[in-house]
Amino acid sequence: MTALIEARGLTQRFGDFTAVDDVSLHVDAGEVVGLLGANGAGKTTTIRMLLGLARPTAGEALLDGSPPTRQSRRRLGYVPQGLGLYAELTVSENLAFAAQAFGCAPAQLDGALADEADSLVASLPLGLRRQLAFLCALQHSPDVLVLDEPTSGVEPLARARLWDRIRSQADSGVGVLVTTHYMQEARQCDRLLLMSDGRLVAQGSEQDIVDGTRTVAVHADDWARLFEVLSTAGMAVNLAGRDVRVIDPDEERLRTALEQAGITATVTEVAPTIEERMTMLARG
Amino acid sequence: MSVQNLRVHRGHTLALDDVTLETPAGRVTAVVGGDGAGKTTLLEAMVGLVTVDSGTVDTPPRSRIGYMPSGAGSWNDLTVDENVSFVGGSYGLSTDEVARRAEELLGRANLLDARDRLAGRLSGGMRQKLGFCLAMLHQPELLVLDEPSTGVDPVSRVELWRLISEAAAAGTAVVLATTYLDEAERAGWVLVLERGKDLLSGSPDEVVASCPGVVVETDAPVHPDLSWRSGEHFREWWPDGPPDGDRPADLTLEDVSIVASLREGMKA
Repeated sequence: MTALIEARGLTQRFGDFTAVDDVSLHVDAGEVVGLLGANGAGKTTTIRMLLGLARPTAGEALLDGSPPTRQSRRRLGYVPQGLGLYAELTVSENLAFAAQAFGCAPAQLDGALADEADSLVASLPLGLRRQLAFLCALQHSPDVLVLDEPTSGVEPLARARLWDRIRSQADSGVGVLVTTHYMQEARQCDRLLLMSDGRLVAQGSEQDIVDGTRTVAVHADDWARLFEVLSTAGMAVNLAGRDVRVIDPDEERLRTALEQAGITATVTEVAPTIEERMTMLARG
Repeated sequence: MSVQNLRVHRGHTLALDDVTLETPAGRVTAVVGGDGAGKTTLLEAMVGLVTVDSGTVDTPPRSRIGYMPSGAGSWNDLTVDENVSFVGGSYGLSTDEVARRAEELLGRANLLDARDRLAGRLSGGMRQKLGFCLAMLHQPELLVLDEPSTGVDPVSRVELWRLISEAAAAGTAVVLATTYLDEAERAGWVLVLERGKDLLSGSPDEVVASCPGVVVETDAPVHPDLSWRSGEHFREWWPDGPPDGDRPADLTLEDVSIVASLREGMKA
């Protein structure tokens, strides 16, 4: 089976700077693939090459086995981070405009969006704007859906409903590539890819992504003092409730720091988060 | 420090409807909710930027509050150093005091190398960290941060949380708004707002324990309106208890917040 989206040794250089370095990936029909990485990791540049919006310096981006063309791009639905809507057009005008560009009939509006059909997009709350951007990207029944941080700033129930839609698209055979910063969203994906400094550094399940990172939760009565002591000792610390989380702790240093400060603490192994893995990647 | 039984109108909309929140020194308090929930209005009421219809606001004077509005709170056309001097001057800090605080805060935020860069040219994460430093410059008793981590990448997010944690550990009362529940789980206290109402509040564990009804994990939800996806499976909320045989799921704040919204929707 040919992958819907495929990158082979995809590379993008800007002068001396390599934004994307030898990235190979694929998205098959019916799966949701999550692309993770810090800002500057190369996610957006990779997506632009996959969509045919930027030409790779080396390697190739394939859409259903061939380089993307104006014609084959019709099979894509894309929701950019900025949503790509026209603020000075109404809801139904935005939908009609996108439909015309793709040569399809405008989708039916339903629910809260139907009540706002004649409202300017500029006047809509963010949640509705996101729903509209989705509808605009889906109305021509694409085979591939590319979503750049689809639920940034959306409350949990609305986010769950958007993910219902993403998953049901995948269930009907659409291949989905989605970038996200957030663990809860990463958990909704079938497969994850982690980029750092332009390279693909890990892939697979959430477990595969955090593999190699260790986190301990340290608990003491005076959490404020504990936090200060460990932070001053130069450890990668974070606060979770009243526990201090330490990423990749040097056991010796941790014990010494606690002893010298005279702190009695319990240390428990906890599951590392994707953010913690990325933090350690950034620390090098 | 607290706000009690706050009611606030914005235009004709009731933006806050009887909201109460305590913000003691040394605690990070997270205000959670979506677009239009009333998070910003609540923070602005604490800072004294909106007029309240009724209720009490018991917070320090403006000169002892640090406030970072959503979207950073720095001036894009000024350099990092110029932002610091400008804000320091507006709080009446001496030049020496500003220099000392800047060195300390920018150092902790890893921004010392960026002092001569225009704020508008910084990455999103760096700009938010600068906003944090500016809000902390005058050593406020109460630090109010409006969505400090929205649009910030994970690495900067961990750094920002380290700064927030340090401020709380040093005794500052911190209140922050966020749309992300995994973040709220790190806070000492959580307030879930929806359409101006406080749906839930307590420590993250208390809020999770207070979930009404029962949530089960299932592959075949019975009521689509009361279920949502969680990884490969679904979760379904049974307000009056589940059918026999279904075991309750391990809940997160995210689940409980979804249940609170579903219940609010049923009432409406």
